[in-house]
Amino acid sequence: MLTHEDLYQRLRSKDSVQQLTKQIWQAVEGDDQPFRIMEVCGGHTYAIVKYGLDQLLPSGVKFIHGPGCPVCVLPQHRIDAAIQLARRPETILVTLGDMIRVPGSRSSLQQTRAEGADVRFVYSPLETIQIARDNPDRQVIYYAIGFETTTPMTALLIDQARHADLNNLCFHTNHVLIPPAMNLLMEQGANIDAFLAPGHVSVITGVDIYEPIVKRFGTPVVISGFEPVDILSAVLSIIRQLKKGLSCCENNYARSVRESGNQKARDLVDRYFELRSDFLWRGIGSIPESALQLKPEFAAIDAERAFAEDCPQAGEEQSSGCICGAILCGHASPLDCSLFAGICTPQRPQGSCMVSNEGACAAYYRYRRTQS
Amino acid sequence: MSRIQLAQGSGGRENQQLIRDLFLKYFSNPILAQLDDAAVVECGTTAVSTDTFTVHPLEFAGGDIGKLAIAGTTNDVAMRAACPEYLSVGFIIEEGLETELLERIVASMSSELQVTGARIITGDTKVVPRGAVDRLMINTTGFGAVRADCSVKRIVPGDHILISGPIAEHGACIYAAREEIAIAGLTSDCQSLWPAVKALLDHEVPIHAMRDATRGGLAAVLNEWAEQSSTRLMMTEEVIPISEAVRGFTEILGIDPYILACEGAFLLSLPAENSSEAIDILHRCGHPDAVLIGQVENADNGPQVILTSAYGTQRLLDFPYGEILPRIC
Repeated sequence: MLTHEDLYQRLRSKDSVQQLTKQIWQAVEGDDQPFRIMEVCGGHTYAIVKYGLDQLLPSGVKFIHGPGCPVCVLPQHRIDAAIQLARRPETILVTLGDMIRVPGSRSSLQQTRAEGADVRFVYSPLETIQIARDNPDRQVIYYAIGFETTTPMTALLIDQARHADLNNLCFHTNHVLIPPAMNLLMEQGANIDAFLAPGHVSVITGVDIYEPIVKRFGTPVVISGFEPVDILSAVLSIIRQLKKGLSCCENNYARSVRESGNQKARDLVDRYFELRSDFLWRGIGSIPESALQLKPEFAAIDAERAFAEDCPQAGEEQSSGCICGAILCGHASPLDCSLFAGICTPQRPQGSCMVSNEGACAAYYRYRRTQS
Repeated sequence: MSRIQLAQGSGGRENQQLIRDLFLKYFSNPILAQLDDAAVVECGTTAVSTDTFTVHPLEFAGGDIGKLAIAGTTNDVAMRAACPEYLSVGFIIEEGLETELLERIVASMSSELQVTGARIITGDTKVVPRGAVDRLMINTTGFGAVRADCSVKRIVPGDHILISGPIAEHGACIYAAREEIAIAGLTSDCQSLWPAVKALLDHEVPIHAMRDATRGGLAAVLNEWAEQSSTRLMMTEEVIPISEAVRGFTEILGIDPYILACEGAFLLSLPAENSSEAIDILHRCGHPDAVLIGQVENADNGPQVILTSAYGTQRLLDFPYGEILPRIC
C-alpha cells in the first residue's frame, strides 16, 4: 500500500530542502539582480506562506503572488447572481465550499443560507447528481467555479446529468482560463521576471499553453508541483534560466503533468463549453477570451439564460477600500493593505483575497499576520 | 426490534421501568439506588465540569457517544488535577431510538466508569418526539476532589509544553465516518485520562496547567493558553505526534490536523526541569508517544503561537475559524 511517507516525505524532506536552498543561494551569489517570480496559482501562494519558503531564499529572490485563485477573481455581480439564484423558490444552489463566505455587493452565500435558502457545498461536483435525484420537484443549480483544473469535472457532471435524464439540473458557469490573465499582466507591464506556472492546470492543459507567453515576453515559465521540494527546484530552474539569459517553458512537475496534458478531459470540456468574448475579473478588469460559457445548444441547462432575470450584469464594483486588485496583479502584498487583519479578516472579509484559502490575504492572515 | 417510545420518558410506569431495567442495571451504586430527588454527597474543594455530547455517528471506531460522555467530562475534571468521583447524567432520546443501541451505549458508559472509579449519582431521562434531537444527546456533569493547583494562570515563561499522544485522532475518525471516507486505521483516541494524571500527581510532578485538546484541537488549546497567560508559545512542528492514518487523511482533504479534535490526548505545561520525568511517567502509564513539543516565552509582540518547521522557517499557528472546508484545487 502506498503510504503518506511514500507520497510526501521525499517532497518535504529537510535534507532536500536544505540542499536546494543552498543551490539557490550559490546560483544568485554575487548578483544584485532581483529575481521577481510570480507564482500564478493560489495553491502555490498557500504552500509558500505555510512552509515559509520565502524565508529560506536570498533577499533578491521575491515571490509575487498572482491571480490564480478562482474564487478571488470572481466579480461581485456574479456572486450576486449566486445569491439571487439561491433565493429563488424551490431551488437548491450547489457549489464548492470556498464560495461560502465570498462577499457579493450586499450579502454572501453563508448569510443567504442562514436566511433560509437551500445552499449546499459539495467536495466533488458529481455529488450534485444525487442531490438532483433526491429532489425531483426542485430546481437544482450547480454554480461552477474554477480554472482549467476543475472545468472537466463540471463537464463530466453535465455529461452524467444528461445520461441520467435529469431535467431539474442546470448550470451557472464561471470557469476562467489562466493564460489570458498571465498575458494581460505582462501586457500591462507587470514587473515580473518569470512565472512559476500552476501544476494542476497544466495536468489538464499540457505544457504548450505557456509557449506564446514565453515567446512574446521572453519570460521563463516553469511548471511546478505544490510541495516544498517542487517549488524550490522550480525556483532554482528559473534562476538558472535567468542567469543564462534563457527563456523557456519547463515542466518541473513531470510526475503529474504530461507534455500534451489530458486530451480526454479537454475533449469533454470542448463538447459543452466555448470561449466567452470577454469576462470581467475582479480587481483586474475585463480580459478577452478568458472564460468559458455553455455552447448555445445547451441553452436549456444554462442558468444564465434560463434565469436571466436573476443574473445581474456587471455594474459598479462596491469598493471597501481594500487593495485586492493590486494584490491580484502582483503590484502589492497583503501586508501593504491598510485594512489587512484590522477591518478585513476571514470572519469579515472586505475583499475576495481574504475569503478563499487560496487567496493571498487569507494565507498571510493565517500564517504570518503578526510578523513582517 | 424494540424502540424507545415517548411514554418511556413521561414519568409514569414505563419511565420507571426504563430506569430500573437499563440505568440502574448498569450504573448501580448505593447513592443512585436511593432514587431521591437529589443525591447527597460529602464535598471538599471540588472541580466541576459539564458537557453535552452530540455526535454522528453514535458509534464509531474506538468508542461511542456513551464512552465520550463519561471520558469527556471526567477528563475535564482531571485537567484541574482533580480525581473524578461523581457524575450526573441526562439523556435526551429521540422517540424510535433502538433499545438495543441505547443499552450498548449505557453499557459502554458503565465500562468507562470503571477506569476512573467515578459513580453516576443522579440522572434524568427525556424522550422527545421524532426530529426534536438527532437520535440521542447526553449531558454529563462531573465532580472531583482537587488534589493540586493546576490552572492556566500558572503558565509562565520557561515552562515546557508536552503532549500525551498523537493528535487529531478523534476528529479525523468522526469526519471520515460522516463523509463516508474509508481510510484504514482511523480510530478515535477517546479515553479517560485520569489514570495518567493520577500517576503524575502521585509522583508530585509540579504541573502548572493541563488541558485536553478537544474541540478546536491543538491549535485552539495553545492559542487559549497563549491568550490567557499572555505568553508566546514556541512549538516545534517536527516532533508533534501525528499518526500515519491521520496524516494521510488530512493530506487528502487539505485539512490542518492541528484543528481536529482529540478525545484522549492532553497538553501539559510544567517547569522545564520536570519535563523528562513527566514524559517517563506518561510513557509508563499508557501514553507511549508523550513528548516535549514546545516551550513558553515572554510575549513581546502580544500572545501568539509560533510553529517552527523542520526547515527552520516560522509561521503562526492560528485559532481555528470558520467551517472546516476541503481545498478546491
